[in-house]
Amino acid sequence: MQSKNQSLAGGFPDAVLNSQSVFRTLMDCMARPGTVGTVSPGIAPPAPLGIAAGAVMLTLCDNDTPVWLSPELTKSGTTAWLSFHCGAPLTREKTEARFAFLEAGAAMPPFSLFSAGSQDYPDRSTTLVIEVISLDGGPSLNLTGPGIRDITTIGPVGLPDPFLHQWIGNRALFPRGIDVVLTAGRALLCLPRTTKITAVEA
Amino acid sequence: MYVAVKGGETAIANAHRLLADRRRGDRSVPSLTIEQLIQQLGLAVDRVMAEASLYDTSLAALAVKQARGDMIEAIFLLRAYRTTLPRFGTSLPIETGRMRVERRVSATYKDLPGGQLLGPTFDYTHRLLDPTLLGDDIVEQPANREDGLEAVMRVSDILGGEGLIEPDGNMPDDHVAGDLTREPMEFPMPRDLRLQALARGDEGFLLALGYSTQRGYGRTHPFVGEIRMGLVEVEFEVPGLDFAVSLGEIRVTECQMVNQFKGSAKAPPQFTRGYGLVFGQSERKAMSMSLVDRALRTEEFGEDVIAPAQDEEFVISHCDNVQATGFVEHLKLPHYVDFQAELDLVRRMRAKQAGRAQGEPREAAE
Amino acid sequence: MNPADHAPAADPRKRVMDLLARCSRGQLEAAWAQVEPKPAFARLREPETGLVMVRGRIGGGGSPFNLGEATVSRATIQLTEGTVGHGYRLGTDKTAAEWSAVFAALWQLPAMQDVVERTLLLPAEEQRAEEAAQLARETAATKVDFFTMVRGED
Repeated sequence: MQSKNQSLAGGFPDAVLNSQSVFRTLMDCMARPGTVGTVSPGIAPPAPLGIAAGAVMLTLCDNDTPVWLSPELTKSGTTAWLSFHCGAPLTREKTEARFAFLEAGAAMPPFSLFSAGSQDYPDRSTTLVIEVISLDGGPSLNLTGPGIRDITTIGPVGLPDPFLHQWIGNRALFPRGIDVVLTAGRALLCLPRTTKITAVEA
Repeated sequence: MYVAVKGGETAIANAHRLLADRRRGDRSVPSLTIEQLIQQLGLAVDRVMAEASLYDTSLAALAVKQARGDMIEAIFLLRAYRTTLPRFGTSLPIETGRMRVERRVSATYKDLPGGQLLGPTFDYTHRLLDPTLLGDDIVEQPANREDGLEAVMRVSDILGGEGLIEPDGNMPDDHVAGDLTREPMEFPMPRDLRLQALARGDEGFLLALGYSTQRGYGRTHPFVGEIRMGLVEVEFEVPGLDFAVSLGEIRVTECQMVNQFKGSAKAPPQFTRGYGLVFGQSERKAMSMSLVDRALRTEEFGEDVIAPAQDEEFVISHCDNVQATGFVEHLKLPHYVDFQAELDLVRRMRAKQAGRAQGEPREAAE
Repeated sequence: MNPADHAPAADPRKRVMDLLARCSRGQLEAAWAQVEPKPAFARLREPETGLVMVRGRIGGGGSPFNLGEATVSRATIQLTEGTVGHGYRLGTDKTAAEWSAVFAALWQLPAMQDVVERTLLLPAEEQRAEEAAQLARETAATKVDFFTMVRGED
């Protein structure tokens, strides 16, 4: 019982204002791909779920959004936390998931296993929230596309290996395709399906 | 065509102020309380809850008061309020078989387990206006019968026991109950979604459609197997607890219609069914719903769709009175530009015709 | 109908939460006045009002369908010593939902169980049974007793 109770703590101290502020950050970051945003509310998600990832979960997941968790997160207190705070159903079927969460270093399933939405409803795709070690300091990646004036450069550390290769396939599906939120601690940046990512040759 | 037009702010503000005044009426007459509406106009409150698809007697009564008794306006208000609230989840299905019944009648069996319980009904009244209600009427306490109630068996189980009636409707095993407040409508529509649409559909529209089936536009030979009205528990699985908790009780009305039998070379004949379930006390709505539910199953029974009540797209697309009123009433909003275009067109056509009448040469193309 | 009919009986907290959902805010506040010493608690979930989609069954016993929503208020609290209580009830009374949560937690403390039972749950249970019996008596009085008239043949 005690361990169960732990999973109930650590939600938004002020659900309405906190979720609005995180939503605003996410919206701005999604509109300007590659821009790093920071979530401020004092939350304590169960490890290994990060703070920004937890804030995204509390803000966007609810009863209408089936959620897929990585095997490690499924085993953690995240399952109960998600259930208590969001009331979101957990799904094992990646194609049913509206959101998917992966902790740092988790094995990255192929993007094609998640929902890319339909031609009529491209919004019904999965949004992947992937924790990385850091959002900067890693190999440089140039971003171009809608919401970016010229080029934005990011340097995430710990991006799953097949990411860049799979991203090319994802872009080819447009208007279908998944969207990605990279999180590291309190920081996050967004990679919507419209963004072109090019590795900068060292 | 829609064109943004500015102006009229003062007129609108004053119109709303006038509306508030007319709603309140003569200030020397006491204002209605929400509790008065719930207690004394309970069936109006029930109708608003049913068609707004939101069970909350206080909010529904407030809507009735604010809408000056305009039911569709009240339903609209409650629907709009509903959209401001988060959804916590889905209840376990309510069990009408375990209802604490306040009324239960069957037109197919005279003597049946539990008996015919008339409850608070308008049936058998003489429909004579009662002038004693002009004043603060003194009303007797209800009669009591000390031996209480027996278990009230479902009529469908009586017939079902002999296999004489089709079972309760079952969707395929992997079917997830649809929700038309979350997903856009598509046709053909499965029966669970149709029932959701009918449960929030306009009582008058469903009544007329049900009546049309009786008058021959898609006959279904209906008998009221059972109508029951009463209280059922709403149970909800709370995250973190391994049992479902009861949130309280709601009042619902259920109608089991027993319809014309159907048989084939493979299956012996058995009665078919239509089902109605409505928030609150509303027998007319539950009965109409069950007639229309059965009519909409026409194709399922291999019959031809020949009547309006059997036409799924027609019935489901037009049964929602909030949608209907929105589209009908939008006609009164400014259409100045569309109309100017039409006016211009008519003038030009008339000018052309007048020109022809004066003997201008006809254009070859005409 | 007896409410105990379908209680899985496995977890006694179900009875407690079911009853608390039916206590009025006045009853809950009156009971709180009798709790000594008053325990401190923290909110795990702010009291809030939302919706639960109420389901029915096709034909009364078949597959589920969505009938319509109901307003529900809920709250979750944690007593300082760690016990968690959830309050859920129909309607928009968030304060009452929070009191329900407090009493659901208090009931789990052996030292408090007796006062919660005495001041709140037993009277609520009694009131619920009496109201159900009264409704049944009133409904039973409208039961039709058929007389069979003597028929012509034999």
